[in-house]
Amino acid sequence: MREFEKLKMKYILKALFLLFTIHFSLFTFSQDATELVNKVKDKLDKVNDYTATGILRTDVAFIKAPVSKVIVYYKKPDHFRLQKNGGISILPKGGVSVNMRTVISTNNFTALDAGDAVINNVKTKVIKLLPNDENSDVVLSTLYIDEANLLILKAITTTRENGTYEITMHYGKYSEYGLPGKVVFSFDAKNYKLPKGITLDFDEEKPADMERLKNKKGKVEIDYSSYIINKGVDDSVFK
Amino acid sequence: MWQLLQIELYKIFRRPRTYIAFGATAALITLMQFGLKVDGQEYADFMLQSLGSFDVQGKLLNGYMVCYILLQLLLVHVPLLVTLIAADMISGEANLGTLRLLLSKPYSRTSIILAKFFATCIYTLLLLIWVAILALFVSIFVFGTGDLFLMKTEYIVLIKQNDVFWRYCCAFGFAFVALITVASVGFFLSAFAENSIGPIVATMSIIILFTVLGTLNLPVFQTINPYLFTTHMVIWKEFFDEKVNVNNEAIAGSIQDMPQIIHSLIILSIYIIGLITATVWVMRKKDILS
Repeated sequence: MREFEKLKMKYILKALFLLFTIHFSLFTFSQDATELVNKVKDKLDKVNDYTATGILRTDVAFIKAPVSKVIVYYKKPDHFRLQKNGGISILPKGGVSVNMRTVISTNNFTALDAGDAVINNVKTKVIKLLPNDENSDVVLSTLYIDEANLLILKAITTTRENGTYEITMHYGKYSEYGLPGKVVFSFDAKNYKLPKGITLDFDEEKPADMERLKNKKGKVEIDYSSYIINKGVDDSVFK
Repeated sequence: MWQLLQIELYKIFRRPRTYIAFGATAALITLMQFGLKVDGQEYADFMLQSLGSFDVQGKLLNGYMVCYILLQLLLVHVPLLVTLIAADMISGEANLGTLRLLLSKPYSRTSIILAKFFATCIYTLLLLIWVAILALFVSIFVFGTGDLFLMKTEYIVLIKQNDVFWRYCCAFGFAFVALITVASVGFFLSAFAENSIGPIVATMSIIILFTVLGTLNLPVFQTINPYLFTTHMVIWKEFFDEKVNVNNEAIAGSIQDMPQIIHSLIILSIYIIGLITATVWVMRKKDILS
């Protein structure tokens, strides 16, 4: 009987040890992930504001827009403005924050290590970010971080309001600030149709482009040519 | 011919009726510009609601956009105003009893009829220039310029500011041909009547009927739609549609469907030549009793 009690105790201790080990490992993984995100955040925090010039390309099936020069303004914590010299720009909602600083702008998240992945031949750490705030518009963000250079190469964000969008970043001479040379923003474009009574287009539209219009994937690209970093941006720009 | 043309122009611009069209278009354009200046943003916001997941930034309601809205409405109504003069050109003379006197002058009937038609063309051109001044230049003055953002039923077209003006010049040129077609219909019907009311009402009825047939989009009417001149009158809008390259980027200076524009111009020209030839033929054969 005593032998049996001893054996039982031994198994219980083993099970407890195993549970502790698993929990500790998860905690360590989570801590590592948070640490990595914070390191990236610290790097991005070096930028208080910037004014960037670039080229905007819109590739949405139902939008015929020309390539145009744009000026992008950013100011901490989340002010972002894209301006087309006297022109009109069409951007996906949520996509205006094509800046990683806004994706990880809060400390109120849980970061989980989700393994490794290769993006553009670069080994990256996959981090899942779960916001702790239940009312947050962002439901989940997946970041692909180049650990060596502390750069986010790709981010997939799911939001309540604007669906899921993917941001891919290519870095150049401004990588020390974590600022990309090129940003590609991909998303699902919802259907677009306006009644003829509103458009006043009472004639029949040409079916030539109808095949093209079936493509529901949208893409917006900004090719940055230059950044002016931390030289101050007036608040009136964002109004 | 030049002398005949001068006489016909004098007759047109001496009549108070001529200025109804200029006054009506001025009133309509001014009212709409005022409305858009006061509440235009609401109109733009209402249209943008359908874009849902997109943010549109920039000056949407600029002079180019206002002009496009005005032309969409006006180029349906201006033909009716052109009819007032065109359908009166021959029947008006018959009504006054001056047609026989006119045709007894030492000019061929063909010359007299063509002079009347060219005078109608000049009147139409002046009316169109008036519309262009008010709808385009005044709108630019009041609302400024900017990119042209057009929301069609199936897609959106964004045209750069420096790529818009020439499109308006072409659109007005096309509208001129379209209005001359309407004038030709009125002119042709005018050859058969002894007073102006009949051909004016008949021409207006034809325009309304053809427009309704085109708008109904029913399969039974779709076979005749390509032959109705009203179907081709609205093709001026094609100047405001761009081609895209393989990356779906709009190509500046391009027109999406140039063959359609040419096709419509040919159809409208056939109408004009056919109707004017028929008018000359009818008048040459006609026994003038009034």
